[in-house]
Parts: sequence; structure tokens; C-alpha cells
Amino acid sequence: MYTQALNQKDSGPPAGAPEDAERLARFEARVAADDKIEPNDWMPAAYRRTLTRQISQHAHSEIVGMLPEGNWITRAPSLRRKAALLAKVQDEGGHGLYLYAAAETLGTSREQLVDQLLSGKAKYSSIFNYPTLTWADIGAIGWLVDGAAIMNQIPLCRTSFGPYARAMVRICKEESFHQRQGYEIMLTLCRGTPAQKAMAQDALNRWWWPALMMFGPPDAESAHTDQSMRWRIKRFTNDELRQQFVDATVPQGHYLGLTFPDPKLRFDEASGHWQFGEIDWEEFRQVLAGNGPCNRERIEARRAAHADGVWVREAALAHAAKRRARKAAAQQLAAE
Amino acid sequence: MTSITVAETPLLRAVLARADDALVHAHRLSEWVGHAPMLEEDLALGNVALDLLGQARSLYTHAAAIEGLERSEDDLAYLRDAPQFRNLLLLEQPNGDFANTIVRLFLHAAFMLPWWKAAMSSTDATLAAIAAKAEKEAAYHVRHAGEWLIRLGDGTEESHRRSTEALDRLWRFTGEMFAIDAEEEPLIEAGVIPHPAIIRPAWDATVAHVLAEATLARPRDGWMQLGGRRGTHTEALGHLLAVMQHLQRAYPGASW
Repeated sequence: MYTQALNQKDSGPPAGAPEDAERLARFEARVAADDKIEPNDWMPAAYRRTLTRQISQHAHSEIVGMLPEGNWITRAPSLRRKAALLAKVQDEGGHGLYLYAAAETLGTSREQLVDQLLSGKAKYSSIFNYPTLTWADIGAIGWLVDGAAIMNQIPLCRTSFGPYARAMVRICKEESFHQRQGYEIMLTLCRGTPAQKAMAQDALNRWWWPALMMFGPPDAESAHTDQSMRWRIKRFTNDELRQQFVDATVPQGHYLGLTFPDPKLRFDEASGHWQFGEIDWEEFRQVLAGNGPCNRERIEARRAAHADGVWVREAALAHAAKRRARKAAAQQLAAE
Repeated sequence: MTSITVAETPLLRAVLARADDALVHAHRLSEWVGHAPMLEEDLALGNVALDLLGQARSLYTHAAAIEGLERSEDDLAYLRDAPQFRNLLLLEQPNGDFANTIVRLFLHAAFMLPWWKAAMSSTDATLAAIAAKAEKEAAYHVRHAGEWLIRLGDGTEESHRRSTEALDRLWRFTGEMFAIDAEEEPLIEAGVIPHPAIIRPAWDATVAHVLAEATLARPRDGWMQLGGRRGTHTEALGHLLAVMQHLQRAYPGASW
């Protein structure tokens, strides 16, 4: 999920300027030839920064994303749904874990990355600042949010940085499974009672536009896409991916018998694409600026977990140190 | 659909009791997911919860088959009221801090590992099959909780204090694991479920070993709280079920 970091401006020194021109040319040639860049390879500082930001934001999104869905684990309406949701949220934690590991290969520790999240310096996907109000939201997240994530992530399986590309292969498999699960929840609701179908429609109404925003600002406003495209970190533009998502998703929604909350949505025979209305970019900017419905709750929940866990992590470190000391003392004794 | 009442035979009650144990404990552990002290524990506690949820589902399905009224696992989990729940009081206790959660998991898993081992030779073939799978899971639960209890007990002053408090708080619920109702005796004699007395030595040994490594003192066996198996619970269970069952109760007859 969650390539919104690629829309942020890199604030470091300009790429290539003070760096070795020859190395840079070799790097650019390798990337152009679709070679994978590995952690020990030389890379421009801006490439390293962009990827660290992107991978860590992706990891943070997975971790914060556990909260809105975790909100329904204890209330899942059947044991089968409960098991699937628990496993799904756990998958997300797993994604977070190996994405942090991939980011660490670029030289920033997980502790530093987590500190950046908790201090508000690092971002996570805007989508998780929306609340999960009914069980149908769990279906809608799987169908729309994971669906949008897959559109974003399939191309990342071919991204130029090796560890990220490899992590994405596994993540994409699991996300596809989640997406099908989510759609199946929606299908069950839509074939259920009128109250259940109304629940599904309400969830689509609330999640549709935020899902479209997940792809980031329109290409015209996303000046940072060029370099990321040239370095093959990113392979399609925001608008291209958004259109792919709309084209894939609208027929699925119609099959469910649901109505999209967009009066301008219509199929354009000439282009073969679904045309959609104007996205409320002011809402998007406000959510990114911290003013979404749940920004405060999400970050407070992460901070609370971190703060409440301090004594546990300290205990684990203290115990490990005691063990080492005892082992060293025993070896010393044996040697004497 | 309003609440259901199960006409319990001793066998049905015994199976429901273990199903309720697993479900209620899974519910508590799942509350940690997203809020654990470290990401690895979000995953590990989620794993244990998933194991227990799987056990609960197998056991409810078995209970429904014994009952023979074509009820589903969900009917049994979602439509019985608190007095119909047969779980141990220990497992419905709120999570508290991480030490409390780990102590609760350790004390119960140390009991369930030998229990499932013994149940693998149950004369009830379905229970024996469930036990064969659950025994492997319980071995991991004991190891995971035991390792954490050692770290916490033999960690910092604070973690030692919190672990001691958790043991003191929860110890009064451990006697219920070893108590038997008169109606269970024929089941034990028929080899359907193990006698808790044969579990005791293994439990005592595991507890002694881990507490010693953890530099924690075993609390004295005082008055033990009983009642869960008969449906007389602590105040905690009603709240847990209100959360867990609310969708099924609010939309009677809907399928999800």
C-alpha cells in the first residue's frame, strides 16, 4: 500500500550535484537496464533518502493500518470472519516487520523510523485516518483499500531496489487474498438482509473517495514523480494507477448492486475507461495535514502502545544482559 | 434470534467448557493486536489467539454434533448468555498489563499442554483428533509465555514487581483448573477426558521450573475462586460477551 511518500519533495542536496558523476552514470545505466540495486551497491544520496522515506512510510502504513481493522476483531460477526480478520491484521503486522527490515538495509534503524512515526515527522497512508464504523467497513477496506494498494504495489514488485521489490512480491500475494476476502464480505452483505445491504452501501459511500485519494495528487501537481520514474522506483503515474483502479472496481461494485457516490461516473466508449468526478483535494490535504477524522486517535494509539511497552522492552534487554554476564562468568570459571 | 439454552449432557458440557475456554482466551489475546509492547508481540499474541480460536471452532462444531440439533459453531458462541458459558474464570480476566496477560497465558497453557497430551488418547475420537493438533499449539504457548515470564521476572525491578503482582492477582483462579464436578466423573472413568489430578504433577513442575528461572516466588495456595464451569462468572465476562455477540444479537437471523 501506500506510495504517497513518493509525492513528497526530497529536501536533501540535489541528486548528482556533489556526487561522483561517473558512479552516477553507472548507477543510472544499471537502473535503465532494469538491474536491481542491492544494499551494498553505490547509490545516490537522494535515491537512498527517497527509498528510506517510501519504504518506511509503507511500513508505518501497515502498522497504523492494523488499528482501524483491529477495531472489529473482537466484534466480528462469526467465528470464521473473526479468524480471517485476525489473520489479516496479523499479516499487516508481518508486512510492517519485513518492510522495516528492508528499510534498515538502507542504513536507518527501525527504532529511528518508529520514532519518526511517533513524533509525527514521518507520514503513513491518508486512508487509515478514516474510522471503521460498521462491520461493512471491514469488507470495504478489503475490497477498496487493499484493491487500491494492489494497483500501487504490483508495479513495485519490479521496483529498482532489490529488497523492496522482493518484499513486495510476497506482500502482493497476501494483499490479493485480503482483497478477495473483503469483496466476499461485501457480497455476503449485499445478498443478505436489507439492513445488511444498506450497511454495505453506506461503507462504499464513505470509503470510495478516500480510496481514490490513496493514489496521491493528480500528475499535474505531483512534480516529484519524474525522478522516481527515471530511477524506476515508481513505474506508473498517480493518475494512471487511479484510472486502472476505477476501471477494475466499478464493474465489481455494480455486480454487488451498489451505487457509487459519484453522479459523474460514466463509461466512456471512446476511451474504454470509466470517467469519474472531481476528487475533493482539499479534504485530502487536510487529512495529510493531520485533520482527518482519526489522525489524533491513530497516532495516540501508537504512542500509547510504545509508551506502555517501555518497561517490557527494558526488561527484555536487562534479562538478555544478565544472561550474557552469567554466561561470561561461567566461561571464565571454566577457563580458570 | 433470542438467546439459546443448551440442554447439556455431561459430555456436551465438558466439550463446551473447553470451547468456551479457548474462545474467551482468544478474545482477550486478540485485544492486544495493534497495541502490544513490540511488533513481534502483536504477531505472537495474534498467533496464539488464532490457535485458540481454531480450537474453539473445532470444539463448538463437535459440541453441535453431540447436541444433534443442527446448531452451528456461531449459534453456540454468539447466542448463549453469560450464565451458559462454561469457561474458567482465569481466562475471562481483563488483560491488565503485559505481565498480567503473560502470567494468565502461562498458567493456563502449562495446564493445557499435559491436558491435551492426555486427551490424545480420549475414547472420544473427535476430541482425540482435536487434542493431537492442540497439543502442538499448547507447546508453543507454554514456551512463548514461559520465556516471557522468565524475562519479566528476571528483568528489571519494575518488571519483577509487575510479574509478582500478576501472579498474586491470578493465582486464586488456578484451583478451578483442577476442580471436578461430580457429573464429570463418569466421563473421566470412561476415558473421555483426563482426570485433572494426573495433570497436576506436570503443571507443578512447569510452574516450579519457570518461576525459579524467573526468580519469582510461587504464591501460597489460598482460597480458590470457582464458578466458571457452572456459569457463575466474574463481572468481566458480561462485558466481553456484550462486545463479542452484539452484531449477531442486533441482526437476528442474518448471515455474515
